[in-house]
Order: sequence, then structure tokens, then C-alpha cells
Amino acid sequence: MRPLSAPARDPAPSRTAYRMHRLWLTPMYRRMLRVGLPLLVVVSAVGWYLSDPDHIRGISDKAAEIRRSIQERPEFMVKLMAIDGASEEIAESIRAVLPVDFPVSSFDLDLPAMQDRIEELDAVDRADLRIRPGGILQIEVRERVPAVVWRTAQGLELLDAEGHRVSSIESHLKRMDLPLLAGEGADEMVPEALEVLATAEPVASRIRGLVRMGERRWTLVLDRDQSILLPESRPVQALEQVMALEHAQDLLARDIAVVDMRNENRPTLRMSGKAVEELRRAKGLVAGAGAE
Amino acid sequence: MMDLYSSQRAMRGMRKAAMQRGVIAILDVGTSKIACLVLRFDGPDHFRESDGVGSMAGQSSFRIIGAATTRSRGVRFGEIDAMQETERAIRTAVQAAQKMANVRVDHVIACFSGAEPRSYGLAGSIELHDTQVSEQDVARALASCDVPDYGAGREVLHAQPVNFALDHRTGMGDPRGQIGNKLAVDMHLLTVDSDVIQNLLYCIKRCDLELAGIASSAYASGISSLVEDEQELGAACIDMGGGTSGISIFIKKHMIYTDCVRMGGDHVTMDISKGLQVPLTTAERIKTFYGGVVATGMDDREMIEIGGDTGDWEHDRRTVSRTELIGIMRPRVEEILEEVRARLDAAGFEHLPSQQIVLTGGASQIPGLDGLAPKILGQQVRIGRPLRVQGLPQAATGAPFASAVGLCLFAANPQDEWWDFEIPSERYPARSLKRAMKWFKDNW
Repeated sequence: MRPLSAPARDPAPSRTAYRMHRLWLTPMYRRMLRVGLPLLVVVSAVGWYLSDPDHIRGISDKAAEIRRSIQERPEFMVKLMAIDGASEEIAESIRAVLPVDFPVSSFDLDLPAMQDRIEELDAVDRADLRIRPGGILQIEVRERVPAVVWRTAQGLELLDAEGHRVSSIESHLKRMDLPLLAGEGADEMVPEALEVLATAEPVASRIRGLVRMGERRWTLVLDRDQSILLPESRPVQALEQVMALEHAQDLLARDIAVVDMRNENRPTLRMSGKAVEELRRAKGLVAGAGAE
Repeated sequence: MMDLYSSQRAMRGMRKAAMQRGVIAILDVGTSKIACLVLRFDGPDHFRESDGVGSMAGQSSFRIIGAATTRSRGVRFGEIDAMQETERAIRTAVQAAQKMANVRVDHVIACFSGAEPRSYGLAGSIELHDTQVSEQDVARALASCDVPDYGAGREVLHAQPVNFALDHRTGMGDPRGQIGNKLAVDMHLLTVDSDVIQNLLYCIKRCDLELAGIASSAYASGISSLVEDEQELGAACIDMGGGTSGISIFIKKHMIYTDCVRMGGDHVTMDISKGLQVPLTTAERIKTFYGGVVATGMDDREMIEIGGDTGDWEHDRRTVSRTELIGIMRPRVEEILEEVRARLDAAGFEHLPSQQIVLTGGASQIPGLDGLAPKILGQQVRIGRPLRVQGLPQAATGAPFASAVGLCLFAANPQDEWWDFEIPSERYPARSLKRAMKWFKDNW
């Protein structure tokens, strides 16, 4: 029998080679080897490297350093603060509440928080912050305009048209141009107060102030101890009635202490003591008058 | 019978699984070469858009994505002679084809030419229970065929119902659903040596492949080489291979007879080798380059260096004229064709309406065969080449690949075989119940 050994040049693959080739052609095995294995190697290498805390620290330090170096490039540096639309004192207080050490990187500036802090100031109505090219922190401020002076037990305060506090003042004389309000809760009703005062324009020179009574209604105080008691609801209309009377009959020029408009169906006048006396005398009602 | 039934059924199941996966390999184990083709099934509608034409008789449903051939080793007369050698050759072919296809194949359909195929015509008939023919009736009719005593050590390779007759109507392809009283069936049974099949199975198993079907190469060549009208009207296909020449006769698109002459191209080579005193490889080379069967005056003057490497100048400088070579080849080719003629006569081929004979296979490429063959086989002889299938490399489109291509078609459009029909119900339950009982007894 011929030996079954392979001929000298055998093109046939060995059993092992044949099996390996078939294995290599198996799609799943192939995918595993081509994708899974490199992935595994990379993941395990990275995992091994990161298992040491020193390496993690080194990486994070390096990252922070790079970040810092980018942030501190001169293009991103803010060198000064410009405040527009604010008076000197308010600008001072804004600088006081924003303790920023210039120059500072624009990445370190928290503009929304700064805006909130500026708007917390009573005198500031609105603030717009932006970083202008050239490294300038631009703050556009709109101040609150004081509309009234409010007298409370604690002192005098300036309020704007919405009733928001602007600042305190020591004396009403400093702001004689502003009307005076008094009474608890007056600050909550400043717009109404301003309407009332606008209605009382004809007697503007005589107005001493507007008093909030029991956090309910207004009393317009004029000089010569005259006062106009206004109702809770629709005080402006009530005052308009009074003003019409004033216009027609010079009501307030007369010797009247109180115009009581609290009940709109029954406006009431209270005359001053002397006037009552005079009236009675004129009517001959006073005892003894005839005896004289 | 039941064993074969189940193994063939298992193969059919395997083939279905392979079709589902979409990749199947074709293995043609021949005497002179082993060819492996890798088919990809994409479904019939895959190619329609790009082609713009309908499927070519269903053959466009697959595409060849890998093809490889290797010199066959350890095969004689189409039978495995040295298993390790053959296994290696199969491995070479399969690996090369896989490499070309870049896909792993697990299922293989194999064909071989040897193993002394023998054809039997079987007939069976039953009375129908019902007037309508059902699947069960077909199964019963097939089961009623009286199987001839084909001898021990032989196995059924093909068992194809070729004709159904219902009462007096015959020539039916599919009787199911038709009305009648008596169903008769004609069946073609092909048996081969079981040892040969076992050897082939073992070799394929050693290559880690699953056998999904097995066919006779004469049958496969017939499928690919005979054109449709030849298959319909009746024709014989002679697959002249290396070690054997397979004969298959077709009529009405069914194979009705197969035989095999145990002579082929290798014998011609052997004659040249002996006649000219040259090694077999040189003889093969001389045959393929200068071979022929009809000598002309010109051939006297055409001298062929036959060489040698003995160191003896006289011996190494020998020349031979082409006429001498033809003189050696022709008697052997004539002998083969005469033997084929004898087999055809024995099969009663002359009674067929059409006497068309198609020569294919590697040995059919001998120049001048188309002049010689009609003298022996009759006037209607042509040299056939296999059908073109998509993706087949140019090198594999020639006559030597007739059986490989035929096997592709066989894989794509398998012929219904006996085991594809249902098992008759009167056999089936008794056995399975018995088996179930045995299982219970064994396990409890």
C-alpha cells in the first residue's frame, strides 16, 4: 500500500488551518475579534490607568491648568467696570455690592448673579450687564424715580410710583417737590394715592399730605386743618365731586373742617367750631343772644 | 426502508435550513477534479429590479459567490479510494471557495459519479377511499410500489415519482385534488453502493460540513446540459468524466434511467502514458494540448515533444506525431462510446420518441468528438455545455462543470422525491406510538 503521507507540495490546508479559516469566517466571531477585542483592550487599558488615583489627579490638574490658561488669555480678561444711568451714590453702592477684583477672566464672572445683586438695591429698578469688547463690564442701570415721601414711625422714606422703596431721607424739606404720604400700608397703594393727588390738582398748593387710614381709605389733608375723608372704593370719583363743588362754590375756601365723602350717598360737611357758632348766632338760636 | 426515509428527510430538512440561511455549498466529487461552488439564495425578487427581466426559469433566485476547483486525489471511478487524500482535496476546494465567497458554509450538497448506479422502474396503484386525491392518497400510492430486491449493501439515492395516472388519464404531474377512483404511480428508483455513500459522508463530516443533499452526477449533468425541450421530449445526457461516464435519460422533465460506464478521460490518459512511455502528468498535458480523435494529413507533420527526465538524450528527445497520439486516443474513446451505446440499447433508448444525445463532461472536449460520436451514437448528437448561472466564473462555465452547475439547479429547484411526501397514515401512528411507549419505558 502506498504511504498516505502528504505529497511534497500539498495545496491542502491542514485540519487546523481549515478550522481556523472557517472560524474566522464566522460572522459573530469575526465581529468579536474586530470590534470586541480592540474595544476590550482599550477599555481595560484605560481602566487600569484610571485605577490609580494619582493618575486621575494628574489628569484633572492638567485639564484645569489648560482650562485656566485659556480663560486667562487677554482676550477674555475684563479690566474695568462701567456703570451707566446711575447717580454717583448708586454707582458707589453698586461698586460696593460687587466686590470684583479687576482684571478678572470673563469666565469667572457670573453675570446673572451679579444682576440679581444689583437689582436687590432699592434704588435700582433694572440693571443690564454685558461684557463689551475691550474687556469692559458694562452695567446699564435704570434708577427708581422717587414719586412720594412716606412718613412712618421709623422716619421718612422715598417711594417710587409703584410704592417701592427708593431711599430714606432725614427731612421732608429736602424733597418738598414730592407729595407726602402717611399711615400704615400707604406704600402698597401709592399708584392710587398718586391718582388721588392728581385729582386734587386744583388745590395742590394747599395739600399737606395724604393719610392712609386703617390701611383702608385715604384722607386728604389740606392746610387750615381741613381734611377730605375719601371712601374705600372709588376715592378718585369722590374727590372729583369735591373738586366740582370747590370749583363751583369755593367749598374749601369756606370755614369747613371736614368734607366727609365716606358714604357716597350722603356727603357730609363738618364746619369748624367758630363757623358753627357764627351760624347759630346768625340764626338767633344761641341763648342769650336775644338778651343782649 | 425507514432508515433511508428518515436520513433523506433529515437531509431535506437540512437543505431547507440552509436555504433559510441563504448560503449553501455545492461539492462535485469527481475522479479528476473536485469542484466547490458557494451559492447565495436571495429570493427571487432580489434581482428583478436590477435585471429588469423575470427570473430565468427560477434560476436567478441564486447567485454563485464562490467557486474553486482542485485536482482530485484519492478518487477512482468516481468512488473514494483513499479517504485522507480525498478529505484533503475537499478541504482545499471548500476553503478556496469560502475564501472567495468570504462566507462560512455549513451545508453542502454533494454529487458523485461512481458507485454503480442502477435504475429501477416501480409501479404502484391504489383504490381511492374518497373520490378526490389527497396528499395521503399520493403517499399511499407511493408506498404501494413494490420495491425490487436491489440487494444488500445498496442504498436508494433517488426515488422520484415520474408519472401519475388517475383511472385512464396518465401523464399527470400533480394529481392532488383531482377526481377519480384509481391512482397509479410510476416511480424511478436509483440505487447505489452504500459503502461509497458512507465514505463520502465520512469525508464530508471530517470537513465539519453538514450534508444537505446528495445526488448522482449523471442526473445533475442532465439537469444542466439538456435544454428544456430535450428534457421534455426525451434525451440522453452522457457525462464523460475522468473515471466514469454517466448516462442519464430524461423524458417529460423527469429522469427515467441512469447508468454509468466505468471508463472515462483518465483511461485515455493512461493509454497515452502506456503507449508513449511517459508519466501520467505528461500524458495528461499532451492529451489536453494535442489530443483529438480524427486525424488529418496535417497531423502527420505536427510533431509533439514528449520529453522525459531520465538524462538519456535519446529518450528525452523523443517526439511523436499527432497522428500517433490520435491513434492511441481514438480506440479508447470509441470503446467508451460503444459501451455507452450498449447501455443505452439495454435501457431501450431506441424506443424513445426523440433520440437526442448530449455529450458533456470534461472528456467531451476532445476535438473531433462531434465527428466521431454520431458514427456510434446516432445522428442526433451534440456537445453540450451547462446552463449559464449567475455569478459563475468564466473558467467554470465549460463542460467539465456540467454536474456542478446541475447540482446548483438541483439545489434551487429540487425534484420531489419519495421522502418529500407524507408518510402514509397507516404506518405512521403505529410506529410513533410504539416509539413513544418505548421512550416512556426507558425513562420511567
